[in-house]
Amino acid sequence: MKDGFRQSMAWLHRWAGLLVGWVLFAVFLTGTAAYLRPEISYWMRPELALSRPGPADAEVAVQAMQAMAPNSPSWFINLPDERDTTLRVFWREPGPRGRGFREAVLDPATGHPVEARETLGGEFFYRFHFQLHYVGVLWGRWIVSICAMFMLVAIVSGIITHRRIFADFFTFRPGKGQRSWLDGHNICAVLALPYHLMITYTGLVLFMLMVMPWGVDRAYPGGRAAFNAEAFGSAPPRARAGSAASLTPVLPLVQEAQRRWGGGRVGRVVVANPGDANATIQLVRADSERISYNPQSLTFDGPTGALLQDSGEGLPAAEVRGWMYGLHIGRFAGPLLRALFILSGLAGTAMVATGCVLWATKTRQQAARQGRVGFGTRLVEHLNVAAIAGLPLAMAAFFWANRLLPTGMPQRADWEVHVFFAAWVLCLLHPLFRRGRQAWVEQFAAGALAFALLPLLNALVTRRHLLTTLSEGDHVRAAFDLGLLGCALLLGALAWKVARHRPTPASIRVPAAIPRPGRSAEPAR
Amino acid sequence: MARIGSSFPTVASLRVRLPPGTERRRLGGLLLRSLAGIGGGYALAALATVVLSLSLPLARSEAVLVATMASFAVHAAAIIWAFAARSALRAVAGLLMAAALLTLIHLVMQGQLP
Repeated sequence: MKDGFRQSMAWLHRWAGLLVGWVLFAVFLTGTAAYLRPEISYWMRPELALSRPGPADAEVAVQAMQAMAPNSPSWFINLPDERDTTLRVFWREPGPRGRGFREAVLDPATGHPVEARETLGGEFFYRFHFQLHYVGVLWGRWIVSICAMFMLVAIVSGIITHRRIFADFFTFRPGKGQRSWLDGHNICAVLALPYHLMITYTGLVLFMLMVMPWGVDRAYPGGRAAFNAEAFGSAPPRARAGSAASLTPVLPLVQEAQRRWGGGRVGRVVVANPGDANATIQLVRADSERISYNPQSLTFDGPTGALLQDSGEGLPAAEVRGWMYGLHIGRFAGPLLRALFILSGLAGTAMVATGCVLWATKTRQQAARQGRVGFGTRLVEHLNVAAIAGLPLAMAAFFWANRLLPTGMPQRADWEVHVFFAAWVLCLLHPLFRRGRQAWVEQFAAGALAFALLPLLNALVTRRHLLTTLSEGDHVRAAFDLGLLGCALLLGALAWKVARHRPTPASIRVPAAIPRPGRSAEPAR
Repeated sequence: MARIGSSFPTVASLRVRLPPGTERRRLGGLLLRSLAGIGGGYALAALATVVLSLSLPLARSEAVLVATMASFAVHAAAIIWAFAARSALRAVAGLLMAAALLTLIHLVMQGQLP
């Protein structure tokens, strides 16, 4: 059988894609949103004033940490930059195991927690896209990694299935039912193919030591510390001396780092064993300045400020990993490249969505010829609506909750997330009570309405609305409001398209007109 | 009823003509291929990672990183093979041969074989 190979790859592509399609859709869409993590966080904290990062930020942060967590074994301080003007700090809880982390968002002007509503902001989409929510962090990461592996298989088998990868660039036959879905799927997939392959493979590499620990465990039976030291030049932490010593001022160290990096910026400050004589202060270069995520860093002695270690370029394989990491999170990308990343991410989202819809369309046509539509087909169609049309609506609900939940309410940040999932569950139930494409139209339309009204709601309940942000030069918030309107337009266009769509005679006849003899012969083997 | 007379038989029409048991055999084959590709493929990727980590002529940490980064390509290739092979048994046999080859390389590199 000449076409047997391609046929089995087509089968593999369909099933590998379908089984995890809905998770992949959510991962792709929230991951694309995560490219705008700082902007989302900024918009979701309308209390924050427009501010510029200053040279004293690191010093302010260290003072604040000394007041907040003097006994913590380590502090991680993310310094403000142009995109994120807050100080985001994490620290380990003091204790025998030292595993628990706490975090806070500080105002760089005062060092106090920001006087803003409690929210996860863009951090929610970022974390959801690799570890989901309501399941343990490890469970979530495993699930997403497994789905990413399916994605890789779907991409490779999809490429093999394709005879005409180049011609597909230029092929779109709208209004032809299943043909159009297939063309749309191919365009989204092929146009951004390098991006899809890159983002999937690098996504797997991010958690490779969790998914595939066998190499490192066999080569380093003594544990990961030795591996980290050799691979990434991260010196094992110095043990506590047990005698107290105060930290040297940080500002001179920051200036020293900038001098050594030719004007490069410090992005992160890591302090180990603060208050101890063996404290260290590590300054890590901002990840917006290099593609590679491998940290270029300087480590200083805490009490004296003497330089202990200068780690720069790693060994080749470590650098390759750093590049993969950096490419995936895309923080190096300037505005234009970031826009391209977002467009590619949306293309990936659309690729997954059209793939799921295509699956349902095909099986329904087959089922229609047999005269009955099975439970499986209806289940896929149902889940398609809830995942594809429901998720944008849930994201809008998240933003609505951010603006409407009372600012003083306990666990406010968690409740924003609960609202997101509640809205999504409603979208999952809604198709039960609707026939045919009605559920699609209503959910897309509701999403469009929810996004379109957000700037209006924003103007009603905050001072940071389009009229003020535009005149004050607060471009991020202004662009964000306009972007919400853009999302509304997109969803509205989808709703309109689906509502207007009438299955033409052509789309019903298509499978007979373009036969795939090999496919139907497959079960005979 | 299925339209056996049409030029391109549908899945339904084929099902009608199949001798009993064929459908079960097909599903069994798919199950075996899936297990071989997903489970066996992961085991093969893990084996390849260990062997390469210990035997690549690089610094130890570099060998581990190269091997682990490449492991997903190995796993993907194994899954593709599991579904591309002409029969499910050939798929399993191919994966076993790859595993045997890796083990042999490992033993030779460790100096346990001449």
